[in-house]
Amino acid sequence: MWDYTDKVKDHFMNPRNVGKIDDADAVGEVGSLACGDALKLYLKLDKDGLIEKATFQTFGCGSAIASSSALTEMVKGKTLDEALKITNKDIADFLGGLPKEKMHCSVMGREALEAAINSYRGIKSDIHELEGELVCECFGVTDTQIRRAIHENNIGTVEDVTNFTKAGGGCGRCLERIDEILKEELGAKQAKAPAAPSKVLTNLQRISLIKKVIDEELRPALQADGGDLELLDVEGKKVLVSLRGACTNCPSAQITLKDVVQGKLRELVDPEIEVVEEVKCTLSI
Amino acid sequence: MHTVYLDNNATTRVDPLVFEEMRPFFCDRYGNPSSMHSFGGEVGKDLKTARERVAALIGCDPSEVIMTSCGTESDNTALRSALESQPEKRHLITTKVEHPAVLNLAKHLVKKGYHLTLLGVDQDGALDMDELRDAIRDDTALISVMWANNETGTIFPVEEIAELAKSRGVLFHTDAVQTVGKLPMNIAKTSVDFLALSGHKLHAPKGIGALYVRKGTPFRPFIIGGHQERSRRAGTEPVPSIVGLGKACEIALENIHHENTTVRALRDRLEKGILSSISDSRLNGHPTDRLPNTVNISFKFVEGEAILLLMNELGMCASSGSACTSGSLEPSHVLRAMGVPFTFAHGSIRFSLSRFNTREEIDFVIEKLPPIIARLRSISPYMEG
Repeated sequence: MWDYTDKVKDHFMNPRNVGKIDDADAVGEVGSLACGDALKLYLKLDKDGLIEKATFQTFGCGSAIASSSALTEMVKGKTLDEALKITNKDIADFLGGLPKEKMHCSVMGREALEAAINSYRGIKSDIHELEGELVCECFGVTDTQIRRAIHENNIGTVEDVTNFTKAGGGCGRCLERIDEILKEELGAKQAKAPAAPSKVLTNLQRISLIKKVIDEELRPALQADGGDLELLDVEGKKVLVSLRGACTNCPSAQITLKDVVQGKLRELVDPEIEVVEEVKCTLSI
Repeated sequence: MHTVYLDNNATTRVDPLVFEEMRPFFCDRYGNPSSMHSFGGEVGKDLKTARERVAALIGCDPSEVIMTSCGTESDNTALRSALESQPEKRHLITTKVEHPAVLNLAKHLVKKGYHLTLLGVDQDGALDMDELRDAIRDDTALISVMWANNETGTIFPVEEIAELAKSRGVLFHTDAVQTVGKLPMNIAKTSVDFLALSGHKLHAPKGIGALYVRKGTPFRPFIIGGHQERSRRAGTEPVPSIVGLGKACEIALENIHHENTTVRALRDRLEKGILSSISDSRLNGHPTDRLPNTVNISFKFVEGEAILLLMNELGMCASSGSACTSGSLEPSHVLRAMGVPFTFAHGSIRFSLSRFNTREEIDFVIEKLPPIIARLRSISPYMEG
């Protein structure tokens, strides 16, 4: 069972502002039955342009309903410009946090809000058609949405792109493209950051640092997901590792290896490090 | 609040009689059956009894039963053994609706160079035997088809498939984790080569399973070490668990008629009660060739996790094939393979009963579920007009 906060549970069990507004000034609709969640948001403005009333209709899980309920509470009394500043992170924070696999529910809330305000302002907001390349066909996610999620939520892995946008969570054919987008965005971020001074390490220092990073930074995260990683050898700047546990069967294993493991070692040890998977015990079958 | 537990395909309660049978083996009769002294050696007799009880339930010789740690280990052992013992054969056939213990291992083996054919199913979850027949190749090492599906309860014609496999010189494995104890079986009269079962699905504890391997079937152990299980599965025997499994199998054999009459009647009552009182609900799985304890129903325009959360508030436990319960983003691979439309697949609930369920519990669910579905539909944007 998901570890929901009391506030998520409260907003799911006692959702605020359910229903539709017949004379709504703005309506925003995102998601679909195929995606497994959908949200329709209604806004009514007062004479001063403040959001007087916000209601929702949601098809989805507990956190989707709770996120929708939270959103309607958060926007009340705000101008449209103020409301537009609400991010998915704000929605998640309002609820005391969401499981990372459910962060896409908060993103759905933010997108519904944008869609509603855009419709009010006469801006066509069919993101799939107008904004960028359609990356994930299963869930209809564009590169614009992915890039935005990466920046707004400080995302560093393909897995988290999926958690926040759903992209790649279906057939998985777009995972490579997501990886490319992630690298582009992370590269752009690094380019903006001042270059770290390079430090010359002896072989012994390099091996020791690699081991430390793997043991302290990487393995705990992999183990939390039922996987593991074993350091087999270091040959110069080539790091030989073997995946264990859930990682061995994971469709994203190579992405984990290159993006997460290699990325972290390049960041913390040496930018020229290359991580190579070695199968330590080859099956005799 | 009384818990109405209808998630017995996930796991079952340990039968108090099973627990009592296990109790002495923790603090009193704790000897190692491999020891030379009689304190340990005597325990070996209890293991023998347990093995006989497992064999009696599935209808085989006790020497054909290998104790394992769980159904997954049994499945893994069968698949790997079949491939390792026939190195010249590189092809494996299984179905799209298998448990991950088979499906994910099969996909993993593809990465190791094996060829895999995944058979589809129809809208009732049934296999196309012609498709299976056509899939068999000269280098097919093994066909693995579950006896009954864990999500829908749909039963596969395992005896017929085993005959077909035998006629083509192919080994046959069945994951019978959901079937053992629910349907009568006499495995000796079939051509099944491997059969996996799991203790915690039939009121034994978690952490114990068994693998049937037909006498004469080539076998390669998965866990290599000591001589336990006649060198077919190394590791000190978890005696209390094995004793528990044996007792659970004995009780299951005594209750197999009850399972197919009383439990089936309760299941039918639940199924009829829900389908007749909630509009836009549909049965997933075969209408008749189905486990007596299982019913999987989908509710249009609502999402499964939300249903489970509201059921949970009233003490009702079930499962969902909804994506949102699993961390996956797509609904159950079984329902998708059956072609269940998204409108229904996201809102599926599996109810799985046991002999410990009562009519009062079933009536409670029949009474409490319709308002839950109505409440969620009142929030859903698809229920307008």
